[in-house]
Amino acid sequence: MELRSYIIRRVLLLIPVLIGVTLFIFGITMLFPPAQRATLYVTNMRQLSDLPAIIQKYGLDKPFFVQYGTWLNQVLHGNLGWSRAISMPVAQAIPHLLPATLELAIFAVPLIVLVGIFLGTKAATHKDKPLDHGTRVVAILGWSLPSFWLGLVLMMIFYGYFSGLLPPGRLGVQMDILVDSAAFIRYTHINTIDAILNLNGPVLLDALRHLILPVMTLSVINMAFIMRLMRSSMLESLGKGYILTARAKGLAEKVVVNKHARRNALIPVITVSGYLFAGLASGAVITETIFSFKGIGWWAWQAAVMLDIPSVLAFALFTATLFVVINLLVDILYTRVDPRVRLGGAVQ
Amino acid sequence: MSDWRFTARQLAKNPLSLTGVVIIAIFIIIAIFAPLIAPTPAGQLNSYMIPRDGYWAEPQPPSAAHILGTTQGQYDIFYGVVWGARSAFRVALVVMSITLLIGIVLGSLAGYFGGVLDEILMRITDIFLAFPWLILAMALVVVLGPGLKSVMIALIVVWWPSYARLIRGDILQVREEDYVEAARGLGASSGRVIIRHVLPNAIYPALIMASLDIGAVVLSAAALSFLGLGAPEGYADWGQMTQFAQNWIVGPLDNPLKYWYAVIIPGLFILFFVLGWNLLGDAFRDIFDPRLARR
Repeated sequence: MELRSYIIRRVLLLIPVLIGVTLFIFGITMLFPPAQRATLYVTNMRQLSDLPAIIQKYGLDKPFFVQYGTWLNQVLHGNLGWSRAISMPVAQAIPHLLPATLELAIFAVPLIVLVGIFLGTKAATHKDKPLDHGTRVVAILGWSLPSFWLGLVLMMIFYGYFSGLLPPGRLGVQMDILVDSAAFIRYTHINTIDAILNLNGPVLLDALRHLILPVMTLSVINMAFIMRLMRSSMLESLGKGYILTARAKGLAEKVVVNKHARRNALIPVITVSGYLFAGLASGAVITETIFSFKGIGWWAWQAAVMLDIPSVLAFALFTATLFVVINLLVDILYTRVDPRVRLGGAVQ
Repeated sequence: MSDWRFTARQLAKNPLSLTGVVIIAIFIIIAIFAPLIAPTPAGQLNSYMIPRDGYWAEPQPPSAAHILGTTQGQYDIFYGVVWGARSAFRVALVVMSITLLIGIVLGSLAGYFGGVLDEILMRITDIFLAFPWLILAMALVVVLGPGLKSVMIALIVVWWPSYARLIRGDILQVREEDYVEAARGLGASSGRVIIRHVLPNAIYPALIMASLDIGAVVLSAAALSFLGLGAPEGYADWGQMTQFAQNWIVGPLDNPLKYWYAVIIPGLFILFFVLGWNLLGDAFRDIFDPRLARR
């Protein structure tokens, strides 16, 4: 019962943030004079002489909140404008390109979380030993690396030096034709999953081959972040009284570390998984751009360099909404994992 | 004075922090002496523009005339990376100081006065923090028109909310201290209490965070330049020079690593610059924040 009212309250708190986000996005477009915004509706040159008529027709000279209402109404009906970057409506572009980005995330997230937690635990149990110093150096190096440069260097080695071993893109030309043919059913548009469902080995292998470098590029920085967080959280947990109790009971060190310390140390790591999403979303723009991995991050970059403002803003609105919702889910999950969190807000 | 000596001794004790100090010192020297290390050719008005030797596209390997070679469009790599150090410091200092200023002013107002003002400011930070950073920065740069100035404005917009919140939180704690109460009791104005008594005791965490964030600011600016949204073409900027190499990562079949210098060198400068700041920031955190240092 308590949890339900907590969820309802949190969802209600979400509304002002989302209104703020839409106001901000819309406010940015209002920085432009009406005539310039009217050009977005122009489809051929002759209409340029009719700008006043277009301003009149779409009410571009009306007061701010009237225009905001019109715009919000359009957005809520799924009309996010036209994307010049890939010549289709934004509302179609996002579902069209999202599977590629999801595919990257499906591989990157478990890699980041598992390796990060594993190395973070090891660093904490070997505090001030060579292993700890080693992971510290790796972590600092990891988040100092420009990911776009890392991607280029990886490609230079594995695409250039090893002549085409791990190529950019999502699939090779042959496989690309194959997956679009009638013989291959697109269940999800996520290549690896579709390949498994179609029991098609060559497509699976080719898809994996194209995934290795982007997934590595996307993972390095976030992995370093989770690793350091896990280390400090683990150290705090290891210093607690219940660890002393567990050791005093004569439990094996492995049980103490894995069962007692790590389980509690994981809680702070869960709370930052929202930030992990933000890191992945930003990283996806860079990674997909370098590897021509055509997902929504690649599309956002295309739109940005073409100064396709409606697409960039629609993308920002989409990721912000997703980010806010994910943070809400994380907070709710948190209450399930950590029973100490009292839903009223105060800690017991 | 003893504070400084204590800090210096702590820095020298840890080999990692010492490495950070040395790296940043080298970059400061490069930035200060850029006109001597890589003199601007006579007749060129803007020193930040990389001189070019011809207009053909293919990068040229290191030679006597261009000791690190030239990148796409015959821009001299050595000149670019040296003056790029100045650009990097400029972006870092401008973005960080304005971010801190905004964070301090808004954070103090919200934390000290509380109430409706606090509520409004915090809800505004919520809105900005709802965006993944690069995506917010990208959207702002596109709207403001690509260029370095837009990049700096965008990064300030991305970073200020975290600082406003951090400073607000610290002020909330400090304003309850007895000495603040005493100053108020003696009839000091709100402005005087904030500036003389509250801020000096609440600002350290923000300064530590700033030292930790400088690397990230430079990395973000470089990423935006790499995406083609930052520095104008030919400007001495490491991110852009990395982008120039994007078409040349794979050489001809018989020599796939032919253009390695164009790819590797600018990126190494970014990596070491950011690494230096991160090592330094990490050390500052250990020294000034004993609560974190124990971990």
